[in-house]
Amino acid sequence: MILQVEDVTKTFGGLVALSDVTFQVEEGEILGIIGPNGAGKTTLFNAISGVFKIDKGKVIFKGKEITKLPPNQRAQLGIARTHQIVKPLDDLSVVENVMVGACFGKGNAGLASARRKAGEVLEFVGLEGKGDVLAGKLNVPEKKRLEMARALASDPDLLLLDEVLAGLNPAEISNMLEVVKAIRNKGITILMIEHLMHAIMNVSDRVMALVYGRKISEGTPKEVANDPQVVEAYLGDPELAIGLLKDKRGRG
Amino acid sequence: MERGKTLFWLIPFLVFIVALPPVTGSVTLREGIFLILMYVTLASSLNVIMGYTGYVSFGHIVFYGIGGYISFYLMLRDGMHLIPAMILGGIGAALAAFALGEAVLRLRGAFFAIATIGVNEAVKALVNNLNFIGGAEGLFFNFSVYKAYGGAARAIWFSYYTMAAVTLITVVASYLIKMSKFGLGLRAIREDEDAAIILGVNAKRYKSLAYAASAFFPGMAGAVFFFKAGNIEPHDAFHLIKSIEMIFMVMLGGYGNVAGAFTGALVYERLKGFLLVNPLFKNLHMAISGVVLLLIVLFMPQGIIGFIREKSKKLRGVLE
Amino acid sequence: MLATWLGAVLNGTLLGLLYGLAAIGLNLIWGVMNVINLSHGAFIALGMFAAYFMVHSFHLSPFIGVFAVLVMGVFLGMATYFVSLHRIISAPELSTLLATYSVSLVIIGLGTFIFTTNPRAIDVRMGALSIGGTVLPMTRVLTGLFSVGFILWLYYFLYRTWSGKAIRAVSMNRDAAELMGINTTITLALAFGIGVALAMTAGVLAATIFPFTILSGGGYELKSFVICVLGGLGSPLGAMIGGLILGLIENLITLQIPTSYVPFLEFAILVFILVVRPTGLLARR
Repeated sequence: MILQVEDVTKTFGGLVALSDVTFQVEEGEILGIIGPNGAGKTTLFNAISGVFKIDKGKVIFKGKEITKLPPNQRAQLGIARTHQIVKPLDDLSVVENVMVGACFGKGNAGLASARRKAGEVLEFVGLEGKGDVLAGKLNVPEKKRLEMARALASDPDLLLLDEVLAGLNPAEISNMLEVVKAIRNKGITILMIEHLMHAIMNVSDRVMALVYGRKISEGTPKEVANDPQVVEAYLGDPELAIGLLKDKRGRG
Repeated sequence: MERGKTLFWLIPFLVFIVALPPVTGSVTLREGIFLILMYVTLASSLNVIMGYTGYVSFGHIVFYGIGGYISFYLMLRDGMHLIPAMILGGIGAALAAFALGEAVLRLRGAFFAIATIGVNEAVKALVNNLNFIGGAEGLFFNFSVYKAYGGAARAIWFSYYTMAAVTLITVVASYLIKMSKFGLGLRAIREDEDAAIILGVNAKRYKSLAYAASAFFPGMAGAVFFFKAGNIEPHDAFHLIKSIEMIFMVMLGGYGNVAGAFTGALVYERLKGFLLVNPLFKNLHMAISGVVLLLIVLFMPQGIIGFIREKSKKLRGVLE
Repeated sequence: MLATWLGAVLNGTLLGLLYGLAAIGLNLIWGVMNVINLSHGAFIALGMFAAYFMVHSFHLSPFIGVFAVLVMGVFLGMATYFVSLHRIISAPELSTLLATYSVSLVIIGLGTFIFTTNPRAIDVRMGALSIGGTVLPMTRVLTGLFSVGFILWLYYFLYRTWSGKAIRAVSMNRDAAELMGINTTITLALAFGIGVALAMTAGVLAATIFPFTILSGGGYELKSFVICVLGGLGSPLGAMIGGLILGLIENLITLQIPTSYVPFLEFAILVFILVVRPTGLLARR
C-alpha cells in the first residue's frame, strides 16, 4: 500500500469540499477518480499534495504520516502532480522547467544529471527538440506534456494526474494515454482525475467515484460504471451519463 | 549555443575599468569609477532578490545603511581595520535580512514592496533617535583614523581598491548563484511560487537565503562608501531615492541578468553624470530620468541586455 | 492636564481627517486597479503649489479654489493614466510601481526646476476658535470639515452615481464588468483621475496649515501607506478611520514620548500590520 487516505475532511467557509473520504492505493496501480464538477476531485489532490491543511483526517504515504508536511517535503518524499490549469514557468526554457522537477523532487539531482534526466523525460513525453523554447511559448497540449515531464523528472513513486486529457483532440488523447500506460509500466503508481469516461475506464485498474465530497463508489471500472448510485449521480449531468452508458454498451 | 561565457568578458572588462585611474593617475576618474563600482555592486545584489526571485525590494538601501553603520561604529569605537569591519557590516546586513525575510517575504507583489519601504523608513527613524550612534547628526571620523592606512590620500586609494574587490566578488557571486541549483530554484519561485513549491522547492528557505545574499554585498559597499566619506548620517545611509536608483539600474540593463545589472549600473552612472554636467540638463536631470524610466517600463521592459538577447541568439550565451 | 489632552484630541482629529483625505486617493487607486500610485505624494505637492498660486496670483481663498483643483485634478489624473499606465495595466506590479514612480520623478524634477526646493507658505488669516481652553486656528477647523466633505462626496459618488458604480464593479471583477458593457478603460482612467484629484485637494488644504516644498508630498505619501494598511483597501470609510487613528496617535503619543519617535512608530505599525494582516486591520475578511 503506497497511499492511505483516512477520513479526510475539508471545508471552505460553509462548503464541505471533502467529507470523511477514505481510500487506499496499491503500489503500481492506476486508480481513476471520477465525479461531476465540484465533487471535490481537485480538492482531494490538493489534500494529498499538501496545498492546504485539511480539517480532519490523515494522509499516509509509504507508511509515513504526511498530513502536516508542507508540499515541498511531500514532493521530496515522492509525490508529484500535474495541474488541471497548467502552471508552466513561463520565462524558463522547457529544459529548465523539467530540471526544476528533477532537482527539487525526490530525485534530488544535481544540475548536470538533472539536465540529462530532463532530456530523457522530454523524449519520453514527446517534447524532444523543444528543450530551448521558453515554456510560455508552448501550445496547450505541449504545456500538458510539460506538466507531465516535470512531474516525471522528479522520480516520483506516486503521480497525481489532474485532467491531463482535457482540451486535447482524439489523436492527442490516445498519445497521452500511451504515455500514461508507459509511466505505469515503469512502476509508478498513478492517481488520475478524468472527465472522459471511456478513457479512464479503459486505462484504470480501479475507479473511485466522488459526489459532493463523498466517496460513493469504488471498485473495478465495470463495477463502478454499473453502480446505481454512480449512474444516479451522473443523471444530473446528461453528457456524462450518456458517456457512461455508451461505455457500458461498448464493453457489453 | 555557447553557455556560461558571460564572465569571460565581464571580468576582464571590470578589471580594465578598475585599472584606468591608477594608470592615468586621474583622481576625477577614480571618483567616477568608484561610484560605478558601487552601483554595479548594488544593482547586482538587488538582482538576486528582485531579478532572480521576483521580489521587488523597494527599500533595499536599508542594508547598505545597516552595513555602513555597523562598520563605521566598529572602526570609530574600536579602531577596527576597514576589512574586518566591512565583513562584519556585510554579515550584520545579511543577518538582518534573513530575520526580516522570515516575516516580510510572506507578502507577495506590491505588499512586499510597501513593507520594504516601511522597513527602511522605520530603521531610518530609529537610527535618528539612537544617541550612541550619533542620532540625526550621525558619526564622524577624525583624521587620525586614516593614519593606519598611511594618511587620508592613501586611505582613499585603499577604499577604491577595496570597493573594486567587493564589486568583483559580487558580480562573480551573483553569476554563480544564478547558474546554481539554488538559482534555478529562485527562478522557479519567480515564475510561479506555488508551482515551484509543488515541485519540491523549499520556497521559504530559498527566499530568505536569497534576501540575505542580496543584503550582504550592499552591506559591504556601505561600509566602504562611508569609510571613504568619513561620516555617516541616517538621511544619507537610508536614502529611499538610492533604493529606487538601484531598481532603475536593474530595469535599465535587464531584469534577472548578470550582464544586465552590470550594464544598467554603468549606463546609469554615465547618464546621470552627463545630465549633471551638461548646463542645459543640469537642473532637469530628475525629470529626464523620470521620462527615461517611463519609456523603459512602457516600451522595453526587458532592458538593454534583455533586448539584445531577444534580437540575437548568438549572443545569449555570453549575456546570462 | 485635561485641557492638554482635549487639545491633543481636537488637533489630532482635525489633522487625522486631513490625513484620511490625503490617503483616500491612494486607497481608491490601490483598491480599484491594484496599482500602488507612487506619484501620489507628487500630486499632493502639486496641490500645495496650486494653493500657493491661488493665493498669490489670483487672491483666491484656497477653500474656494479647491473645487477648481478637484476638477482639474480629475483631468490631469486621467491624462496621466493614459500616458503612463494604460499600456501596462495588466503587467506585473513592478511595472506599474515604476511607471508611477517615474511620473513622480517628472513632477518633482520639473517642480524643483521651476519652484526650487525653498520652503513656501501661504498666509490665510481666518481667525481662531476656542474650545475648552484650546485655541484652534480656523484654517485647521475648515480643513477638517472640508476633508469630511470630500470623503462624503466620494461615498456619494461611488455608491449613488452610475460612474461610481462602474468603478466599484471594475474593482470587483474587471472582466465581468467589461462583459456587462462597462468601458473598463475609461472607468480605470476615471478612478485614477479621481484618486489624483483627491490627492491634490488634500495638498491644497494641507498648504493652508503647514509650510511646504515640492518634496513635502513624500511625507504624506508614506503616511498614506500606513493609513491604507490600517484601514484596509477600497473603503473610503477605512481610510478616514485610518487617518483619524494616525492623527490621534501623533498628537496623543507625543504627550508621553519624544516627537522624534513618531515616524519610527508609524512605520513599525505599517510593517507589523502588513505581516500580521495584509488585508488591513479594519478590512472585512
